[in-house]
Formats: sequence, structure tokens, C-alpha cells
Amino acid sequence: MPATLAERGRDAAAAAAIALLLGIPMIGLTTVDQGGALRVQTRWPWLAVFVIAVFCGRWLLRYGLDRLRTRRTRARSDSTGTAARPAPGGRLPGALAWLTFGISLALPLVFSDNRYVIDTATTVLIYVMLGWGLNVVVGLAGLLDMGHAAFYAVGAYAYALLSTRFGWGFWEALPVAALIAAVFGLAVGWPSLRLRGDYLAIVTLGFGEIIRVVLLNGAEFSGGPNGISQIPRPSFFGLPFAPPGEAPTFAAFFGLEFSPMHRILFLYYVILMLALLTNALVLRLRRLPIGRAWEAMREDEIACRALGMNVTHIKLSAFALGAVLGGVAGVFFAARQGFISPESFTFNESAIILAIVVLGGMGSQFGVVLASLVLVLLPEIGRDFAEYRMLLFGAAMILIMIWRPGGILAQREPTLRLAAKDRRV
Amino acid sequence: MLRLAGVHVHYGPIHALRGIDLSVRVGEVVTLIGANGAGKSTLLMSLFGQPRISSGSIVFDGEDISRLPTHLIARRDISLVPEGRRVFPRMTVLENLLMGAATADADHRETELARMYALFPVLRERLQQRAGTLSGGEQQMLAIARGLMARPKLLLLDEPSLGLAPLYIKKIFHTLRELNEEHGVTILLVEQNAHHALRVAHRGYVLQHGRIVMSGSGRDLLASAEVRAAYLEGGQRSAPC
Repeated sequence: MPATLAERGRDAAAAAAIALLLGIPMIGLTTVDQGGALRVQTRWPWLAVFVIAVFCGRWLLRYGLDRLRTRRTRARSDSTGTAARPAPGGRLPGALAWLTFGISLALPLVFSDNRYVIDTATTVLIYVMLGWGLNVVVGLAGLLDMGHAAFYAVGAYAYALLSTRFGWGFWEALPVAALIAAVFGLAVGWPSLRLRGDYLAIVTLGFGEIIRVVLLNGAEFSGGPNGISQIPRPSFFGLPFAPPGEAPTFAAFFGLEFSPMHRILFLYYVILMLALLTNALVLRLRRLPIGRAWEAMREDEIACRALGMNVTHIKLSAFALGAVLGGVAGVFFAARQGFISPESFTFNESAIILAIVVLGGMGSQFGVVLASLVLVLLPEIGRDFAEYRMLLFGAAMILIMIWRPGGILAQREPTLRLAAKDRRV
Repeated sequence: MLRLAGVHVHYGPIHALRGIDLSVRVGEVVTLIGANGAGKSTLLMSLFGQPRISSGSIVFDGEDISRLPTHLIARRDISLVPEGRRVFPRMTVLENLLMGAATADADHRETELARMYALFPVLRERLQQRAGTLSGGEQQMLAIARGLMARPKLLLLDEPSLGLAPLYIKKIFHTLRELNEEHGVTILLVEQNAHHALRVAHRGYVLQHGRIVMSGSGRDLLASAEVRAAYLEGGQRSAPC
């Protein structure tokens, strides 16, 4: 029910009265240093401005909230009865997704000499990859996995070992590392098939820690706490990004002047391409029977069994795919950093990835992108706030969960829509 | 078509089914009535291997299915409409229907969908709606339709009238009769609503404390004073479960 003018006025006046009370000591009175002695001075005009500002601000806030509420109730009464119609604005995330895609393509062209921007964007994309991988497990299949960083670590170490010990290149190692990650995915999926919810969370959490501790202690193969360094960077189809030398380099081949930015930009496009491939794959799978089976299992496992679905296969496939995507992100991470150590794969990392999926809205692909942006950019922006940075981060997360309890994009998109001719409603 | 012989089921120390002999012939509607905790749902679930029977045999279409894994049993020509409907709430009606056909031949999908729309016109109107937003009666229809999508010869229903308004109960039983008479689906129906169930059934079994205490034609059972007494008596005694 919209408030009347008088009600709104009374509400604003009450706020102004409180502001006045607080304002007298805080704004109305001030101390000045006069010849070594402190003297109290009054600032009544400032106080008046403050109180008026509070009054107007409160009025506007109430007005805005009321407008929002009436619009929402109207939208709700509109939608009852004709619920088969997609919600108004349902296309908006779609348009927004394309816009984001466009920006991500154009970003390096605009900021081609700003290494900080490109580096941050690359980090965002790594988290998008990780989020999409976990989204298959948590968002679609409903299996609460709190050890996703383990697969990230497996991918990274697999590439690091293959390249430093056996001299494999990035592109050869990528599928093999993904396969190794898949094996680990099955290894954690198999024993925990009967578990659900919090119990599964504990097992995956433990698995994540096991991987990290093994890496920390297996000094012969993983370098222990020192990690693995001098991991070769990916080359441009065999052309290394290096200062001009004897061997043909990327810059020399294309007749460009050598710049360290080339590699940064190349890496950015590599992860962008990997992420787009992932997205296409997951979107496609969602429309196939296996994707629907994942979602059905999230909804009701018993009903799935009654319908003749092999829950074992469905669960393991979700785990394996999630692990593969995590592993690919890990390979890229290792190639980009050139140095990895167990410290990059702590529980904190798993928690952030899970937060991305939950914050984005379970099962929503674009939600993961938005959440990754929020979770990577917020701490970056927060750098100015020094020690309050994580406080700001936490507050933002709490606010999002209050504002949108189901995640940023909580609405589930149906996997198939009726063609217009079929929609005889 | 379906024959159970000497079926025993234990839940740990609890002896839930104590030697069940039951048969369903092709084209029949058979109902199994009994009070809470008599073992009706257990019997139905044990057909699907959850829980496994501890002794006896379950033969469907000449094959002993009592040792098959659940998902393979469900791929024979049996469908189970589970108790409490268990539709997939966040998925649309259409997606729910397709899940029913997930393990079946894709060739029949369109014809099966059309058949479901004819049987349950309300589902067609709500294809794009999330199943969780349907009313209880509509959800039950969806659950039945989902089970039928796999083109079963034998349909098992666990308390389809549970928690529904009388009008919907009538509709559901009417549909079951239609399915049996016009579509040739054999039905095994587990019900507490003995009155309705016995009226549509050709034959019925009365289950009490894990044993079948009476069987006969639907009409005879409905007329028998003992059935009413047994049914009511069982309902008042505290159920062993």
C-alpha cells in the first residue's frame, strides 16, 4: 500500500528529528584551537543543511521504495493466470550476456598497453572457468563439492610436471592434464556416490586437503612447499614470445616490435577462448538428456531411479566433467604464472569458487560471470581501503545474499521452449 | 504378467513383508489396500529393488527381476509413480515429461507427448510452467504422465490419491480406468482409499502387518464386511514401522 503524503512527511520528519538530535553534538558544536586553548564554536547553518538533507533523502528513499513495491505487486498480479508467458525482462540477461561477451573481446584492444587491466581480466576469466566447472557439479547436479581447488591443482601440477620433466608443450599437455583431472574426479566421485549434501561436502573438503598436503610433502615430484618454477609459457603455434634472438619469435614473424604485452594479450585470448568453449559445451549439454538428468537428479534422486536412470553414471559424469574443466583452468593457471606451489590451492580457493557459484545463482552460466566479476574486482577495488578490504568484501557478499537470496541470477532457464506455433495456450 | 511368490523383506531386524504371494495378469487393475505401515509401499518399492527382498521371487514377463539393479528394472516395461508424486519441482512440465522418456526410444516421444496431452489436457496448458507451481492434483497427473512416457505395460501407483481434493481423486481414478480400458495398461495400485480403489479394481488384496489376509474381486471385497472391519481395525492399531 503506497503511503500518503502526510505519512511520508511524518516519516521523513521523524528521521530529521533523529538527525537533529545526533547532529547537535556531531555537527552543531565543534572545537577550535584558539591561541593554545580549545573553544567550543557553534555551526548552526551546517546543522540545518544536514537536517534538511536527511529529511529530503528519507522522503526520496521512501518514495522510491514505494514505487518499487507497487511495480512489483503489479507485475505479480499480471503474471498470475498467464504464467506460461516468460517473465517480462526475461531476455535481459541474454542481452547483457552478449554485451559482456563483446566487452571481453574488445577489452584488450582498448587497454592494449595497460598490463594491470588485462591481468585482472585474465584472473576473472580463470575464475569464470573454475566457476563453470563447479557449476556443473553443484549447480546442475546438486552435489555440494567443497574441494574444487583440488582439480585446479591437479591440472596445474599435471601441466607443470609434463612440461618441466618431459618437455611437453601447452597444447599437447592440455588434453592429457584434463584427462588426469577427470580420473581424479572419478576417484573422489566413486567412493562418495551414496553421500549427499553436507556429508558429500565433508568428503570433498577432505579430498581437497589431501591433494594439497600430498603436494606439500611429496618433495621429489612436486617440489614440496617450494613448488615448481620455470614452467614454460605457451607459445603462439610454436612461435615463442621472446626478445628477438636466433630462433624465430612471434614478434619477428609478424614484423612487430617485441613487447612483453604480446604474451599477456595472447594469454588473455587463450583463456577467453577456453572459457567460451566451456560455455558452449555446458550450454549444449544442458539441453541434452544428460544435462536434464543432472538437473533431475538435483531435484529428486529417488524419482530419477524410478524412471530408470542410472544415478551412478549421472553422478560420475558430473564429477568428471567438473574436474576436467577445473583441470583445464589449472593448466592455464600454471602456464600463465610460470610458477606454482601448494599455496595457490588452499581451501580458501575452493571456498571462493563455491561462493562464485552460489552468489551467481546455482546453475546459471551468466550468473557465474557476474559473480566472478564481483568476487575478483571487489578486492581489487578495495585495495584503496587497505586493511578494511576484506571487511568490504564480506559486507558486499552479505548484501548480495540479502538482496538476492537465490543468487544474482536465480531464475532457472528452461532447457527447451516451445516454438511459437506450438504455444496454443 | 507379474508374480510374487513367498516374498520376504527385512529392514534390519524388522520383518516388513512376511511371505507375500501376489499376481497381476495382463489387462487387469489390481489394488493392494491396507492401513499405514502394513507394508504396501515397501512391497511396491521392493519390486524396484529398494529394499532388496530377502527371500522369494519376483517374476515379471517370465524373468526374475528381484536381483536386477533398480535402473534396469525401471527399463523393463514397468513404471512406478512414486508416493508423494516426486515431480522435479524446478523443471518445467515439459522437461518432467521428457525425463519420463529419458531411457525410452526417442522415436515415440512425440506420439507419447500427444497421448499425454489427450489424457491430461491441463498439462498441455502448463507445459512451460515449473512443476513445483502446479497444484497437488496437477502434480499427480504429471507424475502419472511422466511414468507413462516410457510406454509401460505395467503401471505401479503408490497412493495417487494422497492429499488430493475429492474432485481430483475422482478424476485420477477415472483416468486410471480409462488407461486400463482404452490404452491396455495393466495397473497395480496401492491405496489407502479403499473405497475408490476397489471400485476401479478387478481384483484386490488386503495387506495387514506384512501379510496378505484377504483377496478377491474388487466388488466382493468392497461388499465384504470383513474388509471394512480389517481395514478400519488396522488403521486404529498402532502401525509397526
